[in-house]
Amino acid sequence: MRVLCCVKRVPAPGAKINITADGQDVDTAHLGFAMSPHEECAVEEAVQLCERFDGEATVLTLGPPEAEEQLRYAASLGVQKAVLLSTDGSSWDPQRTASAIASAIETLEAADGPFDLILFGNESADSGGYQVGIRAAHALGRPIVNAIKGIEPDLDAGTATAKREIDGGFELYNLPMPAVMGVKEGLNLPRYPTMRGRLASKKIEVSVMQAEADEGGQTRVTLKQPAETVSNTVKLGNGPEAAPAIVDLFEELGLL
Amino acid sequence: MADILVLAETEDGAVVPATLEALTAARQLDGDVHVLLCGDSVDADDAAERLGEYGASTVHVGESDLLNVFGPEAWGQALALAIEEISPDVVLASGTSKGNEVLAMAAARLDLPFVANCTELPSELADDDEVELTRVQWGGSLLEQSQLSAETRIVSIAHHALEAESAGGSAAATETIDMEIDDLYARTQVVGREMAEAGVTLATAPIVFGGGRAVGSAEAFAPLEECASLMGGRVGCSRAVTNNGWRPHRDQVGQTGTRIAPELYVASGISGAIQHWVGAMASKQILAINTDPEANMVVKADYFVEGDLHQVIPAVAEEIKKRKA
Ligand SMILES: Cc1cc2nc3c(=O)[nH]c(=O)nc-3n(C[C@H](O)[C@H](O)[C@H](O)COP(=O)(O)OP(=O)(O)OC[C@H]3O[C@@H](n4cnc5c(N)ncnc54)[C@H](O)[C@@H]3O)c2cc1C
Ligand SMILES: Nc1ncnc2c1ncn2[C@@H]1O[C@H](COP(=O)(O)O)[C@@H](O)[C@H]1O
Repeated sequence: MRVLCCVKRVPAPGAKINITADGQDVDTAHLGFAMSPHEECAVEEAVQLCERFDGEATVLTLGPPEAEEQLRYAASLGVQKAVLLSTDGSSWDPQRTASAIASAIETLEAADGPFDLILFGNESADSGGYQVGIRAAHALGRPIVNAIKGIEPDLDAGTATAKREIDGGFELYNLPMPAVMGVKEGLNLPRYPTMRGRLASKKIEVSVMQAEADEGGQTRVTLKQPAETVSNTVKLGNGPEAAPAIVDLFEELGLL
Repeated sequence: MADILVLAETEDGAVVPATLEALTAARQLDGDVHVLLCGDSVDADDAAERLGEYGASTVHVGESDLLNVFGPEAWGQALALAIEEISPDVVLASGTSKGNEVLAMAAARLDLPFVANCTELPSELADDDEVELTRVQWGGSLLEQSQLSAETRIVSIAHHALEAESAGGSAAATETIDMEIDDLYARTQVVGREMAEAGVTLATAPIVFGGGRAVGSAEAFAPLEECASLMGGRVGCSRAVTNNGWRPHRDQVGQTGTRIAPELYVASGISGAIQHWVGAMASKQILAINTDPEANMVVKADYFVEGDLHQVIPAVAEEIKKRKA
């Protein structure tokens, strides 16, 4: 089984997201980088499926050369191959991103055969466009469903059952493979890298391809902060002695 | 006058409330409001009455066996066909999971841009090929000004960005569109459901007892569970907790978890990272229990108790029982 997962390098902010003086980007001066939790689950699923079905997992990212960090992180979890679609680090619109990813997938598949499953995150952590996976799947002519929190392939039947979380339960889909899915956190519990994984990730060869595609019809103008929550926090007390005051509050709010 | 096409989302035989939000947003534009309704699970006349009340003038009912149950590809093709038939200036849906999915599908088919989760719709959207929109990034922690250039502007309005308001309109006219949907798209139709037992969910609970990394283990959630069950609430948690495997992901509050909106959110041992905060900020009141008076959660909360949650929460449980007795 061949599984591909697509991840995006994003900053990992703490209590607040600061913006650069020109209003164009998140100020990453004091920040680390990560991938979206949805995408971490995509990577974990790819690794698990390839362990179960004796397959090969590949991770792909479109971004600046530094995005190699996220590829190596995926490798430390057990992904065997890594592909960097290199850009100058400027923000790419979703049409352009999807089109570059789809043509890169065609190139990879022409060389090594089709991916049975391609996993995207449901939405990227930063821009949250809710579309790159859908556009790429459409360009490849493959089925896709979003918001997936459970995957069970049936290799004999050539299908994969997918569970989508809805209000109060799950909806089930049964996709013929090769298939594409947009997955959500909760799909699995991602592992942490082991020492052996970390060592292996240093050795893995990252194939670098130049990302290429035409710009789409959406352009970033600026980023801005939403109105800040200002609160005059009322202190109810210290330690367990505050319990009666807390329960008074429950009563005041009509909750008890 | 401009034409605006709104995608209706349905669930259990009815139009979902989120679609009424999209209609309310559509009414702020100067245009004729059309709705695409798919599937035979909804009675078209009932729907036309409800949709008309919220400002729709015409409901176009997409007819095809492949539209009767939800399938993102079939619905995406149906929307693309409706766009070709009606030639709207604006195509709109609520930014729910399926709303965004179907809009993205249609946009992919027509090779048009799609701007997800706008917080408001400027009036130029109806008349101008080039328009600046405000949209949500980072699940609501940041806003983006985005320029959209397209003859047909496909956008979603962020779920809960505004409240649905009736326009007091009369029933919309209904028209059917015969949809030629490729048989191939049966491949992404819903084939079944697994429903959990009904009851209060994290999203609907009146009180949520949230625990963070400081809770320390799965077992240590017991006092929070006790408080929640005494009060008909639910336990929530931060991602630090789910990552440690102490609670299932369905309990996670935040950007990649559930958005909660209880009367009171009691956040214990949670620092209030921005990705947690966006899931909690719709709570009517917040009580933070933390050892650190400077924690982001504390600073943003309405109420604060300084102390060790391992002592405070059991004391709260005892106090509730005492008053209930
Ligand atoms: C893209 C992205 C998406 C994310 N999505 C989510 C999400 O959906 N939900 C989410 O929660 N996180 C999310 N995160 C993770 C988030 O950034 C934080 O890492 C996480 O919320 C921290 O959890 P915490 O507050 O429990 O832990 P910590 O930040 O470690 O905070 C622990 C708190 O407990 C307090 N404390 C310590 N001891 C005690 C005690 N004895 N009694 C009382 N208080 C005590 C400390 O003062 C501190 O405030 C996301 C991150 C990224 C990058
Ligand atoms: N630059 C990128 N490189 C690789 N994958 C990406 C990139 N941007 C988006 N994706 C994938 O597409 C999904 C949806 O992104 P978006 O449409 O931006 O919400 C993400 O969760 C990723 O899996």
